[in-house]
Amino acid sequence: MSQPRKPWLGVTLVGIALLLAPLVVGASLGNAWVRVLDFAALYIMLALGLNIVVGFAGLLDLGYIAFYAVGAYLYALLASPHFGVHWPAWAILPLGAAVAGLFGVLLGAPTLRLRGDYLAIVTLGFGEIIRIFLNNLNSPVNITNGPKGIAGIDAISVFGHRLSKSIDIGGFTVSGVMLYYYLFVVLALGIVFVGIRLQDSRIGRAWVAIREDEVAAKACGINTRNVKLLAFAMGASFGGVAGGLFAGFQEFVSPESFGLMESIMVLCMVVLGGMGHIPGVIFGGLLLTVLPEAFRHGAGPAQQALFGKVLLDPEALRMLLFGLALIAVMLYRPAGLWPEPRHRREMGK
Amino acid sequence: MSPLLEARHVSKSFGGVQALKEVSLTIGAGEIYGLIGPNGAGKTTFFNVLTGLYPRFAGEVRFAGEALDLGSPHRVAQAGIARTFQNIRLFGNMTARENVMVGRHPRTRANVVGAVLRSRATRDEEAAIRRRADELLRYVGIAHHADAIARHLPYGDQRRLEIARALATEPKLLALDEPAAGMNATETEALKALIEGLRADGLTVLLIEHDVKLVMGLCDRVAVLDYGEKIAEDVPAVVRKDAKVIEAYLGG
Repeated sequence: MSQPRKPWLGVTLVGIALLLAPLVVGASLGNAWVRVLDFAALYIMLALGLNIVVGFAGLLDLGYIAFYAVGAYLYALLASPHFGVHWPAWAILPLGAAVAGLFGVLLGAPTLRLRGDYLAIVTLGFGEIIRIFLNNLNSPVNITNGPKGIAGIDAISVFGHRLSKSIDIGGFTVSGVMLYYYLFVVLALGIVFVGIRLQDSRIGRAWVAIREDEVAAKACGINTRNVKLLAFAMGASFGGVAGGLFAGFQEFVSPESFGLMESIMVLCMVVLGGMGHIPGVIFGGLLLTVLPEAFRHGAGPAQQALFGKVLLDPEALRMLLFGLALIAVMLYRPAGLWPEPRHRREMGK
Repeated sequence: MSPLLEARHVSKSFGGVQALKEVSLTIGAGEIYGLIGPNGAGKTTFFNVLTGLYPRFAGEVRFAGEALDLGSPHRVAQAGIARTFQNIRLFGNMTARENVMVGRHPRTRANVVGAVLRSRATRDEEAAIRRRADELLRYVGIAHHADAIARHLPYGDQRRLEIARALATEPKLLALDEPAAGMNATETEALKALIEGLRADGLTVLLIEHDVKLVMGLCDRVAVLDYGEKIAEDVPAVVRKDAKVIEAYLGG
């Protein structure tokens, strides 16, 4: 699983690209597109978290967005006028990771004996339960403010500067969405780092062994219960961090952000990109965040230009094409768009 | 010979089917012990009880002088019993080396923190795991396949890889479930040499096998199961002439 070569040139180029991306995108397409990049970074974090559970350990989780919700609501409750508490982000985010990790264990513990479709159904239920709780915990005691959601959440501050406000550097204005972009990219890189290190370790091998053959993994002395719970906890904690960032970024959370479709979307990023292959999963996350947006903006004008009028609602068309793209990928590249080299070799046959 | 494994009155039933009836047997340290019998006699069931896959059974198993906790397979592996499977169970999409590296799991300690920070202890441990895996691949004679995907290996080499993976857990007792199944004569001969080598290196081997010639030629003692009961246990020369065994298994 390790890559023997040290691609310093590649790392430098990627670094420069990451640094310049929001500036170029902001200048050419506007800040709305920088915002899309922000979301891409958040979704990549989610996809990397889910990749641990689904890609490495082979546990199909359809309720993953619940951990995103846990992180987001924890941030919302601890940094908003709702309870009048205003903790700093650097305190909430690690707590969010820990609490989401705990929820991961809570989900994992009763489902240890389940696999495949059975596990998928239970996790799906878990995701919905969390969302429904968030929707209804406004009475008798108002905890989550119900379907109205929580507004006025504190923006994330770094070194005393609220990232929602732009700053001037030598006459050049760096907007709030760009500042968020840099924060998210740094944290996403951190998550990539953790993911790679784990994959390449005794723990990562144990996860993959469970995915490949659970009985044999047990016979090899792996405590599959603990190792699976660890996968759930690690994956969930990534989701918890992403959720906290989401809440601080949007300054608003409501239950409808955490529906089943979101779980499916993150799963699609993992599967489409290349299950268990970190670069592939990053690619999948980027693609599935950017392409639908591009389509949302481009489909209307394109039809106008071609046919003189908008024949199909861009939103409906978007989902149609998304579905077709998924089917095509699963038929022709079942291991994903950018699978691990060894799997590509297999599928090529 | 001091006993390494003592199974006492081991019984196991599935619903109304009594798969094992009060099976008692003793395996001495350093022995190659054969377990034979017709299909459905309970051989694999006995293996599964012995390796913790069926935690609910009656009876008692003592291993290396202590009561063996058969509650979960990983604790059995920790205690020093490793096994292979009748229908090979490798980690198909991992390389041969990685398969053996997984086998080091119960003898290593790196946790999440160590893995993420890649501390000195973790790096050293990881290097040792890798070294040991390569040694074992060489030992079973498939070093040239180290980087090959496990399920692409030729059949006989997959069996060898499974043995290497089992050896990686540092067992005192190696339990092999029909290791020669599907092998040709040359491969079986090589397997026999491998098992004899293991014994020479101090390992105790429990062998389920249908190849009577292999069992009789290799084992120090043999037990015969029929309908979940032990009907004979002795050196091969005696078992071969046992009337009950001939009737149940060897044929007239």
